Amino acid sequence: MSIHLKKGAPGTRVLGLGSYRPRRRVTNHELAQVMDTNDEWIQSRVGIAERRWASDDETLVEMAVAAGGKALAASGLAPDEVDLVVLASASLRAPIPGIGPQVAHRLGIPRPGAFDLNAGCAGFCYALGVASDAIRGGSARNALVVGVERLTDVTDQTDRSTAVIFADGAGAAVIGASEEPEIGPVVWGSDGDQYNAIEIAAGSSTMTMAGQAVYRWATTKLTDTLVEAMEAAGVGPDDIDVFAPHQANLRIVESMTRKLGFGEKTVVARDIVQSGNTSAASVPLALSALLESGEAKSGDLALVLGYGAGLTFAGQVFRLP
Amino acid sequence: MSEDIQAGLAEILEEVAGVAPADATPEKSFTEDLDVDSLSMVEIATAVEDKFGVAIPDDELGNIKTVGDAISFIQKNQ
Repeated sequence: MSIHLKKGAPGTRVLGLGSYRPRRRVTNHELAQVMDTNDEWIQSRVGIAERRWASDDETLVEMAVAAGGKALAASGLAPDEVDLVVLASASLRAPIPGIGPQVAHRLGIPRPGAFDLNAGCAGFCYALGVASDAIRGGSARNALVVGVERLTDVTDQTDRSTAVIFADGAGAAVIGASEEPEIGPVVWGSDGDQYNAIEIAAGSSTMTMAGQAVYRWATTKLTDTLVEAMEAAGVGPDDIDVFAPHQANLRIVESMTRKLGFGEKTVVARDIVQSGNTSAASVPLALSALLESGEAKSGDLALVLGYGAGLTFAGQVFRLP
Repeated sequence: MSEDIQAGLAEILEEVAGVAPADATPEKSFTEDLDVDSLSMVEIATAVEDKFGVAIPDDELGNIKTVGDAISFIQKNQ
């Protein structure tokens, strides 16, 4: 006898976005008082002016619930219409249990498929691809995707090469079925030969990053991925209204923007200036900021790319809710 | 030959890091004298790779401290 399959959706779309920024704002000047650094050095190297650091009560779960709740409200769905939760994070201090189920429970989503996904800073884009394909494959009707990090928990606050960069926050998206595809295929991959370029080494509790190696990889290898993501969706650079790559370093954002030939018509996310590098949270945080400021609007076509520890990368094109 | 390499390197330095070509002399240190930061060094390395057809792995990059170091690396590996 043959195994039956469920009928999936012809396409998917993002129904709502949400984000959570920790209360505490930390400027470069504040950091300069506790370590050997200064505003000019930080701005010229990474383009960060300030970042948010989570306080004790702003746990991964609390931030994920806050961002997820906003995305759910923006989607117009009731919690019981969501049946899949994919939570991307690389900064769980205790990885058992994963926090996806708890976040779902706190949001009143009854017994969804729920799990955590660790693809470093590429986590949100991986999770979006997985969730979208689950809906197209019939495994879920609607999904909540969350990227959440407390990188300050895994950062050596005396190491000026990482302490000025890594920060905290959460971003989320609710996605559902659509007659017309509004989320393009995910283009993903990895370069595991560089597994130790960004790592918490055995026996250590804090992250190290081979800055030059990662910078070179990001500025030379990932332009092709962005082009492939556009080609896979059948669009070109002229069709892209919003470009929101992972906010790792402003110089990488500018390099990618130049290489893809984006002109004034395309809004480029530069949320790193205010948020630092928030890993799996950076793409939805950046998109939420652009929608809140009015620089991006509903219906705009966005190109996103996550990349980071692994090394991993994933990108796709989708229409903003 | 080393004059050609020096001139080519000076072009890259001007384009990537705004270094005046007259300043790009062999004894100059990239970081100390020419104010080239570590990420600009990566951009210079990838531009050198394209222009001179050499490969500069990340672990070699740390050994290239002066314009002269870069010139001899290119000469040896071209």
